[in-house]
Amino acid sequence: MMQTSVEKVHVKTTINGQPVEFLVPPYLSLLDAIREVVGLTGAKEGCLDGNCGACTVLMDGRIVDSCLVLGAEAQGTSITTVEGLASSEGLHPLQQTFLEEAALQCGICTPGFLVSAKALLDREPHADEHRIRHWLAGNLCRCTGYDKIVRAVIKAEDMSAQLTKSKNGRGKTTAKASARKPAGARARR
Amino acid sequence: MVLVSHDTKKYKVIGTRPIRHDGYDKVTGRAVYGGDLRLPGMAWGAVLRSPHAHARIRKVDTAAAEKLPGVLAVITGKDMPLAESKEVDLGEGSVNEKYASNNVLAADKVLYKGHPVAAVAAVDRNTAEEAVRLIKVDYEPLAAVVTVEEATANGAPVLLPDLVGDDLGEKVKKTNVAKHFRHEFGDVKKGFSQAAHTVEMTFKLAMTHQGYIEPHNATAIWDEEDRIRLWCSTQGAFTVRKQMSGVLKMDESRIRVTPLEIGGGFGGKIPIYLEPIAAVLSKKSGHKPVKLIMERKSVFEGTGPAPGGTIWVKVGADANGKLTAASSDIKFEAGGYPGSAVGAAAMCIYGPYNIPNMLIDGYDIVVNKPKSAAYRAPGSPQAHFAFEQAIDELCEKGGWDKLEFRLKNASKEGDRRGDGVRYPRIGNIEVLQAARNTPHWKSTLAKESNGKKRGRGIASGYWFNVGLKSSVTVSVNNDGIVSLTEGSTDIGGTRASIAMQAAEVLGIPAEDVRPVVADTEGVGITDVTGGSRVTYATGYAAYIAANNAVNVMKERAAKLWDLKADDVDYSDGVFRGRKDPELKLTFKQLAHKLGETGGPVTCTGSVDLTSAGGAFGVHIADVEVDPETGKTDILRYTIVQDVGKAIHPSYVEGQMQGGVVQGIGWALNEEYYMNKEGGMANSSFLDYRMPTALDLPMIETVIVEVPNPGHPFGVRGVGEVPISPPVATVANAIHDALGVRMTESPMKPGRIMKALEGKG
Amino acid sequence: MHPFTYLAPKTVKEAVQALNKYGPKARPLAGGTDVLVQTRGGRYDLEAIVDLKGIPEAMALEMNGRGLEIGAATPCCLIYENKAVAKVYPGLIDAASLIGGIQIQSRASLGGNLCNASPSADSIGPMIVHSGKAVIAGPTKRREVAVEDFCTAPGRTVLGKGELLVSLKFPKPAAGFGAAYERFIPRNEMDIAVVGVASSVTLDSTGKKFKSARIALAAVGPTPIFAADASKYLAGKPANEESIAEAASMARSAAKPITDMRGTIEQRKHLVEVLTRRTLTKAMQRAKGK
Repeated sequence: MMQTSVEKVHVKTTINGQPVEFLVPPYLSLLDAIREVVGLTGAKEGCLDGNCGACTVLMDGRIVDSCLVLGAEAQGTSITTVEGLASSEGLHPLQQTFLEEAALQCGICTPGFLVSAKALLDREPHADEHRIRHWLAGNLCRCTGYDKIVRAVIKAEDMSAQLTKSKNGRGKTTAKASARKPAGARARR
Repeated sequence: MVLVSHDTKKYKVIGTRPIRHDGYDKVTGRAVYGGDLRLPGMAWGAVLRSPHAHARIRKVDTAAAEKLPGVLAVITGKDMPLAESKEVDLGEGSVNEKYASNNVLAADKVLYKGHPVAAVAAVDRNTAEEAVRLIKVDYEPLAAVVTVEEATANGAPVLLPDLVGDDLGEKVKKTNVAKHFRHEFGDVKKGFSQAAHTVEMTFKLAMTHQGYIEPHNATAIWDEEDRIRLWCSTQGAFTVRKQMSGVLKMDESRIRVTPLEIGGGFGGKIPIYLEPIAAVLSKKSGHKPVKLIMERKSVFEGTGPAPGGTIWVKVGADANGKLTAASSDIKFEAGGYPGSAVGAAAMCIYGPYNIPNMLIDGYDIVVNKPKSAAYRAPGSPQAHFAFEQAIDELCEKGGWDKLEFRLKNASKEGDRRGDGVRYPRIGNIEVLQAARNTPHWKSTLAKESNGKKRGRGIASGYWFNVGLKSSVTVSVNNDGIVSLTEGSTDIGGTRASIAMQAAEVLGIPAEDVRPVVADTEGVGITDVTGGSRVTYATGYAAYIAANNAVNVMKERAAKLWDLKADDVDYSDGVFRGRKDPELKLTFKQLAHKLGETGGPVTCTGSVDLTSAGGAFGVHIADVEVDPETGKTDILRYTIVQDVGKAIHPSYVEGQMQGGVVQGIGWALNEEYYMNKEGGMANSSFLDYRMPTALDLPMIETVIVEVPNPGHPFGVRGVGEVPISPPVATVANAIHDALGVRMTESPMKPGRIMKALEGKG
Repeated sequence: MHPFTYLAPKTVKEAVQALNKYGPKARPLAGGTDVLVQTRGGRYDLEAIVDLKGIPEAMALEMNGRGLEIGAATPCCLIYENKAVAKVYPGLIDAASLIGGIQIQSRASLGGNLCNASPSADSIGPMIVHSGKAVIAGPTKRREVAVEDFCTAPGRTVLGKGELLVSLKFPKPAAGFGAAYERFIPRNEMDIAVVGVASSVTLDSTGKKFKSARIALAAVGPTPIFAADASKYLAGKPANEESIAEAASMARSAAKPITDMRGTIEQRKHLVEVLTRRTLTKAMQRAKGK
């Protein structure tokens, strides 16, 4: 299929907790490797030069613009994409709060924001508004003006804090349950 | 969120905030956008674009590209059918078919840097891109003009030799002024003579881009029977079909367009760019599916930005603060082909005011820049940047409170717009009153803080919104869940707002209506997702379809109960026999019985709405400017807007906030910076500077509801009004902070420093 | 992109061999945040890319009594997350935390920033004022070059055929040392500097006078500029606003900006003065322990 004079690189990596093996041309970006070769299209192409964050994935615990990483560099690393945020128990709190807070309109930037925000909450579970905005400055959104995105991240922090506090670690809220909350119940910040 | 409602009706579903129906797919990465599509045997395309802003094409040599292993086809303008010079209505704007065809692939001339000249299909994307580099084009560069002044100067090169300009009805040949129109009401000379205070200013604006994060994409199959199937991210599948038909000279019925999820549009994904290229490449590649994704650089250089231009305004008021006259001269950059939004600018420029004597001259001028397209309330942000600053200046001259002045002169039902159209019931006054009540407006702002200057600005904005055609089908399933088929691509949550309106009528929860955005063969004609029309018009069609379904269900209940349909009532989700209270069935219960009462219940609703509810916004902004660097930060921002009726308040707020942030970017940093060869120098997100999360505060929203009498729930539409005031609002705030009037956009730091130096 | 092969050497020697073999047809890969964009954009026509991240020396981050050594490919995030390094080398931290956004900082390196040799690079000025030296390995020998001498023109460096930047070395600062970097950008993040100024000062034992100072300017010349006169001027001067203002004015004279899409000549000259004043003040405050 490929017309090229260079050999492909054999990559063994972990994606969303699963071992994944693939062959990529050496010049293919990690973004294209994930999208075209592995077939996970959650990470998006927005600019291909590291200025919009739509392609953000986690690589060994750090967020990176996957358009600026080579697929070959995934060798031996652990990668998380938006497809890996939910678990068998349900959505990640961020996915839930993004829906509840209407933190997406067209949704193209949403995978990138979710991965970036998850990385922040993993390290700083109580990041304040300024820190959240600073951390997310590498993810562009053109639809929302960021207000509801920031609110959704703060709400996810509160949710996670409550889950940690609750005695048995239960208190699992599914998105469906909270969708039925009456309109006025949202706290205004 | 604050809600100031003048609506007395109460609703069950409308006004609530359910999770949007496509939400789970979008937060999990499952949603399929145009760039995600994969078809078996798919090939990839790439486009060669002109490096020159203006040039004749002498020769295109594709031989080397064709020989590259893996290349399946190479096309140029010669592979496009010869198009006629005739206008096609797109819904928001219209287009000349010949120019549209030439814009897709240049014929004998290139009119802007980035103008497509050739395209390649290959087995993979990298090969296609490498092949494009091998195409050799022999250009004869011509002098380029990139401003309205340059394009209308003596001796300016004529961009389109066959263009016949329309100057107030007179035909003009060999011109770059495609159109000059005039609106005149009353006698402005007399009006100005009655003015105690007059302000006259000239403003310049740079071209800007919608900046959607998803680049354009298209995948096409041109099959053996000369039928085209197309998948793309578009604001209107039917509009794409119509344009494709015109450009490829093919009956619309042979073209099937499937809209995939779309990553932003704001008007920029209404015209076609890659679609015909994908189709023709498919034809030439042996009918393989061919996919193209546009590079970000080409999105800036080769799609449809918002026009920049020059606006002169003059406005006068009497000693009592009543406006007596207004004149303006609006010159817009159409780009390489005619058709800027100058007409819409004229409709909006005096929108918030009742002015007895009005004059507007509007000019649509071609320049060597990409052909402009609609960008969210096209023409309105520019028009208000000029006029709202002039009003600001006038208030200062006369010593009038800027909000009270607006109330005193507020346009209302029956008054005329700048183009003469009389307003129906509008909510301008209600919006101003609500703005006056906001904590923001009532708060005090220190003039200085830590050496930085602070200021507050206020500005109004107007957009007329459109109606147009939409079709909806509802089908009641046996389990009481209702399928809703519609044709409005969902850019901002409209699946939800349409489903909610149907649910309100059907008396069922919003989750029980399942909306599907269909392709051009699955639903009736539906105009673009644009013009702030979807919740209004497609919602109206859904309302009609749902009402039809309820009526049919009533007949079914009547059949079961051996009654006449007139004797069946439906309320609160229950069908009842009016004369016998024992006879009742819930919607779900009746749905279970459809099979035995006549079979499926499928109803449609179609609309072609000629009018829509225009709407107003008033914005208040506090800014802080560093007088040593010119850096401006937004401290606080409040949006007050009449939406008619907020169907889903979260998405209404989202539209308001999103439009404002685009306006803030427009005000502070966004521009097409042209190099000396006439090309865009800053065609990347690095140097086309859109606001990031760190550049903004939380944005306060006040939703005002003055129901639109033309819609069953009062919907006016919300998407475009928010971008109309902010460029002016920020400008007025900077003026308040620094005492300098910024007459050029963007009001970037270097420009602010220069203005401060000029002030002395 | 023209298809290139991917090499992942484990030692400096292997990397140098590869670079020497391919000449201009190969480039080293650190974070990739510049070189991949440029290769995609056609600036380079590569046959090989040489990933340095498997070479321990190129990924080092070591601070000891002699000073600090940072591998050429060590990402910015590791530098600013290291509290010990942050305390002693604040100017470097200022830069490392400013380049791009968090995603970029996960990958971008000071070494890559230096070798990219952009006039507006954020980290070069700070490296200069921290008296950094570039450690270069070549086919036959190693050499060290002061950072202020490393860039020769926009995009060009002193590296010859087969030469590789391996690491950056910074001496341990003297007592009474402080440094700062500030840049002017139109947004709050993600922009290329319109102007950047890095300043470092060493106060004398009284804390009332400057013993020495170093001022470096970004985005106002074809390469980052070490403002030698302004720097020398401060030696022996009282550590106060007046001296700083004078040095700032001298730094302004050292600037040779152009007008381009990011700023005008007048604007840049003005900003040099403003930022020099601000960074000298901050460096002085840091030196005093504030």
